[in-house]
Amino acid sequence: MNDPIAIARNSILVPAGLDDHHLDRLLGLLAGSHLDAADIYFQKSRLQSWVLEDGIIKDGNFSIEQGVGIRAVSGEKTGFAYSDELEYPALAQAAEAARAIARAGSEKRVRIGHVQAQRRLYEPIDPLESLPDEDKVDLLRRVDAEARRQDPRIKEVSASVVAVQDTVLVLGDDGTLAADVRPLVRLNVSVIAEDQGRREQGGSGGGARTDLGWFLVEDRAMEFAREAVRLALTNLEAEPAPAGSMTVVLGPGWPGVLLHEAIGHGLEGDFNRKGTSAFAGRVGERVAAPGVTVVDDGTLPGRRGSLNMDDEGTTTQSTVLIEDGILRGYMQDKLNARLMGVKSTGNGRRESYAHLPMPRMTNTYMLAGTRDPREIIASVPRGLYAVNFGGGQVDITSGKFVFSTSEAYLIEDGKIGRPVKGATLIGNGPDVLTRVSMIGNDLALDTGVGTCGKEGQSVPVGVGQPTLRIDSLTVGGTGSE
Amino acid sequence: MSITSTEDTAERLARLEQTIEHLLAEAKRLGASAAEASVGSSAGLEVGVRLGEVETVEHTRDNGLGITVYFGNRRGSSSTTDLSPDSLRAAVKAACAIAVHTQEDPCAHLADAALMAHGMLDLDLYHPWPIGVEEAIAIAAECEDAARAFDPRIVNSEGASLSAHSGLQVYGNSHGFVGGYPSTRHGLSCAVIGEEGDTMQRDYWWTSARAAADLEPARLVGERAAQRTVARLGGRQLGTCKAPVLFRAEVATGLVRSLVSAISGGSLYRRASFLLDHLGERLFPEFMRIHEEPHLPRGLSSAPFDSDGVATWAKDLVSEGVLRTYVLDAYSGCRLKLPTTGNGGGVRNLVVAMGERDRAGLLALMGTGLFVTELMGHGVNAVTGDYSRGAAGFWVENGEIAYPVEEITIAGNLKSMYAGLVAVGNDCDFPGSTRTGSWLIDEMTIAGQ
Repeated sequence: MNDPIAIARNSILVPAGLDDHHLDRLLGLLAGSHLDAADIYFQKSRLQSWVLEDGIIKDGNFSIEQGVGIRAVSGEKTGFAYSDELEYPALAQAAEAARAIARAGSEKRVRIGHVQAQRRLYEPIDPLESLPDEDKVDLLRRVDAEARRQDPRIKEVSASVVAVQDTVLVLGDDGTLAADVRPLVRLNVSVIAEDQGRREQGGSGGGARTDLGWFLVEDRAMEFAREAVRLALTNLEAEPAPAGSMTVVLGPGWPGVLLHEAIGHGLEGDFNRKGTSAFAGRVGERVAAPGVTVVDDGTLPGRRGSLNMDDEGTTTQSTVLIEDGILRGYMQDKLNARLMGVKSTGNGRRESYAHLPMPRMTNTYMLAGTRDPREIIASVPRGLYAVNFGGGQVDITSGKFVFSTSEAYLIEDGKIGRPVKGATLIGNGPDVLTRVSMIGNDLALDTGVGTCGKEGQSVPVGVGQPTLRIDSLTVGGTGSE
Repeated sequence: MSITSTEDTAERLARLEQTIEHLLAEAKRLGASAAEASVGSSAGLEVGVRLGEVETVEHTRDNGLGITVYFGNRRGSSSTTDLSPDSLRAAVKAACAIAVHTQEDPCAHLADAALMAHGMLDLDLYHPWPIGVEEAIAIAAECEDAARAFDPRIVNSEGASLSAHSGLQVYGNSHGFVGGYPSTRHGLSCAVIGEEGDTMQRDYWWTSARAAADLEPARLVGERAAQRTVARLGGRQLGTCKAPVLFRAEVATGLVRSLVSAISGGSLYRRASFLLDHLGERLFPEFMRIHEEPHLPRGLSSAPFDSDGVATWAKDLVSEGVLRTYVLDAYSGCRLKLPTTGNGGGVRNLVVAMGERDRAGLLALMGTGLFVTELMGHGVNAVTGDYSRGAAGFWVENGEIAYPVEEITIAGNLKSMYAGLVAVGNDCDFPGSTRTGSWLIDEMTIAGQ
């Protein structure tokens, strides 16, 4: 069985005794004459995780979350109720609570819509069953051995592997009937290196919307282990980072978290409809240097941030945010698109049935330029080369954003020099990209580790970029020069 | 939100306790040598008002259970949101299936039976707020109105929201311990946007309490949000320099959190802490005391027992500047060959001893330096104590606020920041389970232009 709608019906609706007649009635309850939109979101999420610590498989967990979220929208007002009970009376009660947002209208007959043709960016598989449990724990043991084998200074290794199957079914009073079965796998390695009383941590990992076999090909899992070790050992040598404003070269791939924080959040439709973003009302204006093109693309096959459809049933797309330095558009969900008089861009996402959807990023990245990355480094007399980052954060109203390095080096006379300790970089979203002076030809996406938080909701995302030279950015170290 | 009477609550508690007993019995039937389980159920109402209009009305209702089974020293766990009998059996089976593949871990066992809490303390945590949607909207609107009317430079709003929640939590294990209690938590928050020239600033304020009567008045919450927002307008960068830094009280809680994380068992046995082997050592100046009060009546994180069922007790984490205890649960304690400190699930209500000075007194003591009111980002390295975060606040000259500053970072190392603590104020003025005044640190590196 390979059809998402059929999988969703069989795994969520059938066990709760729900049929099309019930769904019609629920939509009818919601579709009172004073509502602009209503939808019902069924979800069943299965997760299995394994943890290795101290060389042994220490823990494992299996969890199931399921429920339904019912939303009724009238103008800018949203009524929302959710239930983890799926029997019809509980659903009808939730629908009544949600629709109380609007003045009572007469019940309307609404029929559930027709299934729309589906794209396949990933297969509707069950990644939990994609490897025998013995092989999952064996994979972690091999990761542990690989990390320890690299260097005697590695004192602690922890590793985890997680597989999730998320099945969603969306019904809307606009005729939406859509389902998606979303696999997601993730492997993480974290090590502690110790030398002469000094201790440093290194971490690596990756993931994708596929099965667990993904970690076994191209030696991926072992590569993550070696990368975690390399980072920890590099940081053992690191000196305090410099403090002050300087030229910063960002490496390719994960440093694209810059784009996510500096401009991505500020271009989400809700903040712009409300006029609370530093980017509000600036479509058509220059917000980046010529040559800078940034997209949000939910359609990359198998990527962690990709979705066949968003959580409102809208097919995802590639949306141009900045084109050759000019701000082109925002990311939208249905509510904000309707209120702004545009179409949803397929960015309506929610953490789960217990949360309301809002505009969220998918995979956000900058297109490649033409410069050889070596040429970019060589162009900098003195600056910082930052290649790995921890998390970031942005204040979308003031536009100020930060992100913290986990691997960085000084650039001295055009050459990569000594490693420096984690430093937070801070800048202003609407102007940081105007200071991009060189764009590399080495576009890379991250390894599939990103999780984005907004208003208490977490969703998986991707980022990417080529090597970039930014002429001036504030670096928050403790070192003098 | 459904309004529940005390009788209903007692009945529902009894039902959840029964669920725990079923789970433990099922684990035993499947051959587990020991097991522990927790079940929770909560309901709430959240309303949001923006620019005087209702924006969201959310009815929340959450259930969940988690079970851990032990086969000797191997364990497995599972969780679900579905509390039906079939689902319970499936959850226990899934946990047992996990335990087939985990390995012998000498510390994988329940906490010592003698440490279990007995006689359930009443910590006065349950004050249901039977508020209707209309009334909730009116309170949120009053809050936002007060913020928007506060100053003409307040030009936009992210709105105000009010929440009222009540829930039940029950834990039990195969020592025969079963304990549970109801609790409530209500809150009101407001965020508004100010404009000056072509720049905007946003700030917020909030109140949170176990009982609605203990919430700050709506008008005050709104005015405070507006006041904080307006104060940030006209912010500029600083030049890169070294200077003393005053962490405003609610921001100083982050320095307490970093301490707690570094002395927590999980960080220590993984050697992922900059405070390994520091028990009994002086971390702060002699005036410093940090006290944990898990039985504080109506405390926002009060609890009679921890996540292992172990009775909680009050204690000093730090006194006379010396680290007096780690923060341990049964597992991490075993790993460190120390007894549990009843901190499974974390610390519960920390009180930092207040000093003599109010905020003006602290600013005067600092003289010239940075007064930090907001921190951004994740630049705290738990392994090394290296600290580098985005900051906003005010530049202070001769004890007086000179102008707002933004787009700067502050950096140092937590160990030297703790040792360089000059004073703690008596200006605790925010809600939360950590009570502290502002912290004055002798010197940090500020990076700007």
